[in-house]
Parts: sequence; structure tokens; C-alpha cells
Amino acid sequence: MTKFLAWTAILLGCLYFALPMIGMAEFSLSMRRDAYSLDAYRVVLADPRFQATFLFSLAMALVTIVFGVLLVVPTAVWVQLKMPRLRPVVEFITLLPLVIPAIVIVFGYIRLYNTSGWLPLTGSVTGTNILLMFGYATLALPYMYRAVDTGLRTVDVATLTEAAQSLGAGWLRIMATVILPNVLGAVLSGAFLTLAIVIGEFTMAALLDRPAFGPYMQVLGANRAYEPAALAVIAFAITWVCMGLIGTIARLSKHKGA
Amino acid sequence: MAFLDLSQLNKSFGPNHVVKDFDLSIAQGEFVSLLGPSGCGKTTVLRMVAGFETPSSGAIRIDGQDMTHLRPNQRNIGMVFQAYALFPNLTVAQNVAFGLKVAGVARAETQTRVDEMLALIGLPDLGGRYPYQLSGGQQQRVALARALAVRPKVLLLDEPLSALDAKIRASLRREIRAIQQRLGITTIFVTHDQEEALSMSDRVVVMNGGRADQIGTPFEIYNTPATRFVAGFVGTLNTFQAVVTDPATGTVTLGDTPIALHRPVDAAAGTTVTLAMRPETATLGIGEPGDVVLRARISDVQFLGAIIRVTADLGGDSLTLDTFNRASTPPPDVGAPVTISMPPAGLVVLVA
Ligand SMILES: Nc1ncnc2c1ncn2[C@@H]1O[C@H](COP(=O)(O)OP(=O)(O)OP(=O)(O)O)[C@@H](O)[C@H]1O
Ligand SMILES: [Mg+2]
Repeated sequence: MTKFLAWTAILLGCLYFALPMIGMAEFSLSMRRDAYSLDAYRVVLADPRFQATFLFSLAMALVTIVFGVLLVVPTAVWVQLKMPRLRPVVEFITLLPLVIPAIVIVFGYIRLYNTSGWLPLTGSVTGTNILLMFGYATLALPYMYRAVDTGLRTVDVATLTEAAQSLGAGWLRIMATVILPNVLGAVLSGAFLTLAIVIGEFTMAALLDRPAFGPYMQVLGANRAYEPAALAVIAFAITWVCMGLIGTIARLSKHKGA
Repeated sequence: MAFLDLSQLNKSFGPNHVVKDFDLSIAQGEFVSLLGPSGCGKTTVLRMVAGFETPSSGAIRIDGQDMTHLRPNQRNIGMVFQAYALFPNLTVAQNVAFGLKVAGVARAETQTRVDEMLALIGLPDLGGRYPYQLSGGQQQRVALARALAVRPKVLLLDEPLSALDAKIRASLRREIRAIQQRLGITTIFVTHDQEEALSMSDRVVVMNGGRADQIGTPFEIYNTPATRFVAGFVGTLNTFQAVVTDPATGTVTLGDTPIALHRPVDAAAGTTVTLAMRPETATLGIGEPGDVVLRARISDVQFLGAIIRVTADLGGDSLTLDTFNRASTPPPDVGAPVTISMPPAGLVVLVA
């Protein structure tokens, strides 16, 4: 009886998630009136704005990942080694982006860094891109920090660091050759989460007026019927590939490491 | 002058005074153990030598150079940890080569040195393995090779054997000592296992509550413990309360048996002192002329193989003694009356 209930619950859950997706996928294939076709996908993929915005967001994601890793890994190591008492504080800070809406953050940015501010980042394209990257890094911070922190807990960072120090290594070398390789799996899963967030992000890119993938999806959605569905399926596929990569890397690093 | 010199080291963690006025001089090539119960500050002393902790006061000198405020990576000190601490992402050979790479040693020479080290620890064929593919004992040997590859001035080992099982512990103990002697490297070894300390070391430092209670050869530590703590911590010890009757001639009474120690006792007549005695000092039956003879009743017999550990009841106090097993004489029965004798020199007087 309880087994039956459990299976019913699981089935309902699956339907809850699967039905909209099936509906969407079905709709995206229905551009031709009489038969299923990939016409909508063809239109989307052929659109030069799709390619441009997707590549822009991809590039932003990569820069954000590099920045995030450089920010989060040393911080997490430092907290773990030197300031374990600060851990709750740092965890709280990294959780803030989950409670502060992106729109608040980006308005704050615009207020602070506008052309009449003390650091006029919004005055140039590069400056705005940098600002957007900071915004993305903030949004990804909870996931990046948690992933790296979990990864660090699986290795004895303190002792490995001391072993490396006693062999003459300095901090830069310890970070690059001892700590990073041993939390690579965690860093990569943080990286893919960042990628997924950046590719789909709308608010910040739209308010900073950058040609990113999120605003493009929105524009397309407001003006077309079948193409947005196709785009959504593509976005889902990208996310799933990312998830698959996280899983694979986690498994591989478990085989190789510790 | 001593090669490694610790003078008046003190260390406090907040209000917690962990190492107190610690002095130790170690000659080049000497193997010294820090022995003591958990929490007595052994690791803290070692970590100060390695540079992972800064002394609250005092100085550390190696080969005449003041090391007190150098960073760990500037000290050229090899360290072996209890938990091995091999780099999990590197192979055995890469682990051993790590310090050489940091020092910028040429590739060919690194290769030679790594091979040399792997041969030294008896694992010449395992260079390509990852740490997780090795047993605990093998990992610890690799950790030793890694620490020695850079030819450090001093080798520090913090309970390197305590995560291993008894058999491997005993063989690795001999191996570490042999390698240390072959290389002639000055070594500090931390352990809470007295057998380890006594069997491996040139000298042993017995630590108690952050202080060095006694520093001496294993022979001295075991046979002439300086304090009651050392006497109790190192080896098994029988203690009895005795009353001094004549301090000049060294006569005391145990229960109502007078005992002649034949040497002056540093306590006034009528005071109570503690007599301490090792289990192997006493023998069953009548011993040499001049021995102290006590009458007792057997209360327990433990057959340990080569040794039989007998516990006897002296009418209140109990006494443990070890005798060698002989195929011709079976162990005594529990409850049987016995005579126990011991040379007076084997009774150490610990003035309370
Ligand atoms: N970083 C630290 N902060 C605060 N107290 C510490 C720190 N390190 C050690 N202590 C304290 O110092 C004392 C001595 O510790 P230490 O690790 O030197 O002992 P030990 O002799 O090595 O013991 P064990 O045999 O258990 O390893 C302990 O009471 C410990 O709690
Ligand atoms: Mg310790």
C-alpha cells in the first residue's frame, strides 16, 4: 500500500515536470501545419542574433567562471585554514544573492557606477561588460562557493598545505598544484552551474543593455510563436548537457582522486 | 655546539599555556623522540620547529642559524605526518619529486634522486601508482621518501606509525631507524608509544604538561626515571608506600617487613615514601644473597608467551613481576603462597 502511494507520488511528480516540457517540445515541432518538422529550430539557429547573443553569453560565462574561481577558491581555502570561525559569516554573505533580487543588485550597480559616479563603468562597453560580469559572479556565488567548499572538505587541505610548505612551496604554487587539482571536480561543477545561470540570465543583461542570450529569448518570445519554444528546448538541452558533464566529472574525479 | 637548539620555547593558545620553558639540544645525526601522553604539547613543539606555529617566546636554531621567524617553506625541514598527506592527484614519483621541482632541480637529476629514494624505501617499482593504490604502510614510506628527497637539514615525524596496524608498525619502525642512520639525518620523532620511543631513539624526551620532565637515553629513562611521572609513564611500574625508619642506612618498612636499601634516603625518619620497581626486577623464589625478600600470594597469572606476568598480593599492596617462560617449569597457581626477591638497587625511592 505504502509502496503504491510512493509510486503514485513519483509518477505525479514526473508528470508535473514532464508534461509542460513534452507540450513545449511538441509545440516547437509544429511550425508546419500538417506534419512535425524542425523548421522552428532551423529558423532559430539561422538567426544571426541567436549566434551573436549566444556567443556573447558564452564568453561572459567563461570570464565569470575564471573570475569566480579566482575569487572563491582562495577565499574558501583561507576560511578553512585560517579563519574557521568566520565560516558562518562567509556562508551568509555567499547566500545573500539568493535573497536579494537581481534587479536590486543591478540598480545598485547602475546607481553606483553610472557616468556621473566615482567610477563610471557604464560609460563604456567594456566597463559595462565588466559590471555585468561582476553581477553574474554575484548570482553564481552561492553555487560556486558551496561547490568549492564541499570539495575542500573532502581533502585534508590543512595537512596537504603544510606538507607542500615543508617541501618549500609558496602560496601560489600550493594553490595551483596542490589545492586546485584536488578540488577540480568541485570547481568544474561550480563552473557548469555558473554557465547555466549566465546563459539564461535576463534581468541584469537587459537593464545594462547588453546583447546577451536572455534578452534575446525574451524579445523572440514576445514576437514569435514557435521559435521561442524551440529556443527553450535548446536552452534545456544546454543545461542538461552541463548537468551530465558535472556528473561525469564528479565520477571521474572520484576514480582518480582520494 | 648542538646542531638543533631549542631554547626556552613557550607557546600559548590564548589563555592555554601549552609548551613551557622547553629546552632541547640535539647533535647532528641524532634521533630524538618526544614521548608523552595526549595533549602534552609534543605536536606543538614539532610544529614550532617546522614553522607552522610561532613560539610565544624562545628561540629555534639550526646549524647556528636562527630559524625562529622563518616561514615553513624557507626552513628546509622534512616533515612526515600521521595521515601521510600524500598529494592525491600526483603519482608516487611525482609526490617524491615535488620538493625537487619546487627547488628547481634539473629534470635528469630529479629522476635520479626519485629512483634513489624509491629504492631507499624499498618500493622501486611503484613510482607510477597513485597514493590511493597503496597500502597505509607504503603510503607512509612514500611520505618519508618525499620528505627526504630534498635533503632536509632536519627530519620531523609526528606519530607516523599510529595509523598502521601492529605488525607493519614494528617493521616500519626498524626501517625508519635504519634509513635515518644510513643518511645520518637529525631527527625528531613524536610518539605516545613508549615502546616506539625506547626502541628507536638515541635519546628520549619525556613530556608532561608542556614541560620536558626528563631527557636521556632510553636506558636512563627506563632505569633511573627522574620524576614520578616518568616512572609511571614509561614501562610498567609497581609502587608501594613505605615508611622511612633510618634514612642514613636506608632502612624502610613495607607493611611490617623491614627493607634494607643499603643507600641513604633523602627523607626524614617517619615520613612515607613511594618505592617503585619494574616487573622484571623481581624473581620468584629466593634470589641472590642480599636481596630483599617478600612473602606474598599469587593473585593472577598472565601467560604472554616468552614472558609470564605474575601478580602477587603483598597483603594490601599488589606487585607485578615478569619471569621468563621455561618449558620445564609451569607457571605458579593462583592462590599459592610465594617468596619474591629483588636486589635493593632495583627499588627506586620516589620522594613524594
Ligand atoms: N591551534 C590550536 N589552538 C588552540 N589550542 C591548541 C591548538 N593546537 C593545540 N592546542 C592545544 O594544545 C595542547 C597540546 O596539543 P598538542 O597537539 O601539542 O598535543 P600532543 O602532545 O601532540 O597530543 P596528541 O598525542 O594527542 O597528538 C592541547 O591541549 C591542545 O588542545
Ligand atoms: Mg600530536
